[in-house]
Amino acid sequence: MQQQPLISVRNLQKYFAGKHRGSSVKAVDDVSFDIFRGETFGIVGESGCGKSTLGRTIIRLLEPTGGQVFYDGVDLASLSAEEMRKKRREIQIIFQDPYASLNPRMTVRELIRAPLDVFSRESEAEKMEKVTNIMHLVGLRDEFMYKYPHEFSGGQRQRIVIARALILQPRFIFCDEPVSALDASVRAQVLNLMKKIQREMDLTYLFISHDLSVVRFLCDRVAVMYLGHIVEVADKHTLYEHPVHPYTKALLSSIPVPDTDVKTEKIILRGEVPSPYDPPAGCPFHTRCPYAQPVCRERMPSMTDLGGGHAAACHFAQENLS
Amino acid sequence: MAVLEVRDLRVSFKIDKKWVPAVEDVSFSVDAGETLGIVGESGCGKSVTSMSILHLLPEKTSRIEQGQVLYKGTDLVPLDNRAMSAYRGQEISMIFQDSMTSLNPVLTVGRQIAEACRLHTQLTEAEAWHSALELLRRVEIPSPEKRMKEYPHQLSGGMRQRVMIAIALARNPSVMIADEPTTALDVTIQAQILELMKELKRQSNTAILLITHDMGVVAEMSDRIMVMYAGMVMEIGTAHDIFKNPMHPYTRGLLAAIPRKDRDVDELYTIEGTVPTLQTMPKGCRFCTRCKEAQPRCFEERPPMFAKGTQQVRCWKYETPQREEDEGCSSNP
Repeated sequence: MQQQPLISVRNLQKYFAGKHRGSSVKAVDDVSFDIFRGETFGIVGESGCGKSTLGRTIIRLLEPTGGQVFYDGVDLASLSAEEMRKKRREIQIIFQDPYASLNPRMTVRELIRAPLDVFSRESEAEKMEKVTNIMHLVGLRDEFMYKYPHEFSGGQRQRIVIARALILQPRFIFCDEPVSALDASVRAQVLNLMKKIQREMDLTYLFISHDLSVVRFLCDRVAVMYLGHIVEVADKHTLYEHPVHPYTKALLSSIPVPDTDVKTEKIILRGEVPSPYDPPAGCPFHTRCPYAQPVCRERMPSMTDLGGGHAAACHFAQENLS
Repeated sequence: MAVLEVRDLRVSFKIDKKWVPAVEDVSFSVDAGETLGIVGESGCGKSVTSMSILHLLPEKTSRIEQGQVLYKGTDLVPLDNRAMSAYRGQEISMIFQDSMTSLNPVLTVGRQIAEACRLHTQLTEAEAWHSALELLRRVEIPSPEKRMKEYPHQLSGGMRQRVMIAIALARNPSVMIADEPTTALDVTIQAQILELMKELKRQSNTAILLITHDMGVVAEMSDRIMVMYAGMVMEIGTAHDIFKNPMHPYTRGLLAAIPRKDRDVDELYTIEGTVPTLQTMPKGCRFCTRCKEAQPRCFEERPPMFAKGTQQVRCWKYETPQREEDEGCSSNP
């Protein structure tokens, strides 16, 4: 079954100016993938790998320095500011920190209806009805409408953020670590909610997280990032059960399982992620890779297609598969 | 034998000129060479409990109202600051979550470790420097001679946490309190630090109090586990008890609410509602407002800890002491 992509990312680049004149930090380098309609596409990686920069560049919160992003077949970079502004109706964001992303001086009602005031010419009554409906959908009670963000816990605030993202009936939501600031019991509530509204509103998610357990719960397909590059992409079952890239394997094995019976053989990586100011030549992972060969130090591996949508950027991807 | 025993601890905070109990009825002990994991969500009192052991909470707004903290039989609660300094760092040391704010930014790493080595000893500066270098080797920092002369900001988060561990080990303490030691680290670096902590424990027989919100970390590191909620202990047991036979509705809910890397589920179990605030704490069981099994009694009377085999649980469900009906405990006699 061939699914239709909503977003196609092609050779996307985002370089920032480096410390010295002429130098640059390749935060996102030559990244390509598709996000299909109605799916949740996860991007995982450790701090500084470029996952948030990638997400922000896709929705043009940051201007890409190279490559293209096609949204529904349209190259977003080719749009004028006004055309982009109109598209933003369909593209919404949920950030990590619900304390920083809500204006403390606005009531819940004002916060949630703010996007309508920007984009919609509906009557007051229609707007209020929409706000009420959305609040019910995300599990916020009517009496919260006139309260301020500080009166809520982290989980409730994230519901407000979600309600605000949904009010314009978007098609695509970029979720940047939306549950990382939440405690386990509240995180479960928000994750279930995100799954529910995706089904009900036919949404496509780009979900960024450092937590691979959360990603397994929510995502359909997952890409692993390391030093600005995607090193492996696959549907979640393949990625979690049959990872091919040594970094994916190590990352997965590093996560402690909340179960005393499961003893995973850990692959402990030596050293740390190299500085993005001075990335290693060849494969970006070769400095920590337990299987690095001479070729890895010299040549950057390209994505090897392993079939079924599974691809990995490793010189030995085929061998690792068998 | 227990090196550290906390009995019936109650810590209160001053909120709006009133003293409100934040942590109540906390009792536990930890043996030499044992790791006791203390888990719970934000505000459950796990850090307050550990900070009050070394009297690290602000004096003006908090106080230990009741209970004992017995270190090798000596009660630390009545001791003043001066007397406490003989214990802090020497007998009981602490590792905090945020290494950047715990280390002094204007002193070299070497000087800070050497200072810890000299604490209450007659070591000369040169000897202390030498011991510090040894400690950096023990925590497996590459090129330690060079690192000794560097400042905290020149080190990565993982390296700084190794320095924190080196400082904590400096005086060979009998108890080490690690408060979320790997929470600020990436998973691959977390794996390195956890491995190091396990190895050091094997060498030194130190008792570890590991405070964390991460059920995975606690499963991997702990011999026994204490689950806290809203300032009270809900359940204590061996790691196996807690993960294989959780008894308290909160423990069960918490475990079911966690997504796992090795499992596919369509929907996560949820504990509805949120943790009550200190001022709105229910009269009975502190979990009653969110408990799906709550009975009228739970709202009225606070349950004590009931002992069930190697487990203790604070829930009225387990009141009747029918020994032969201890379901699930048969596997751990």
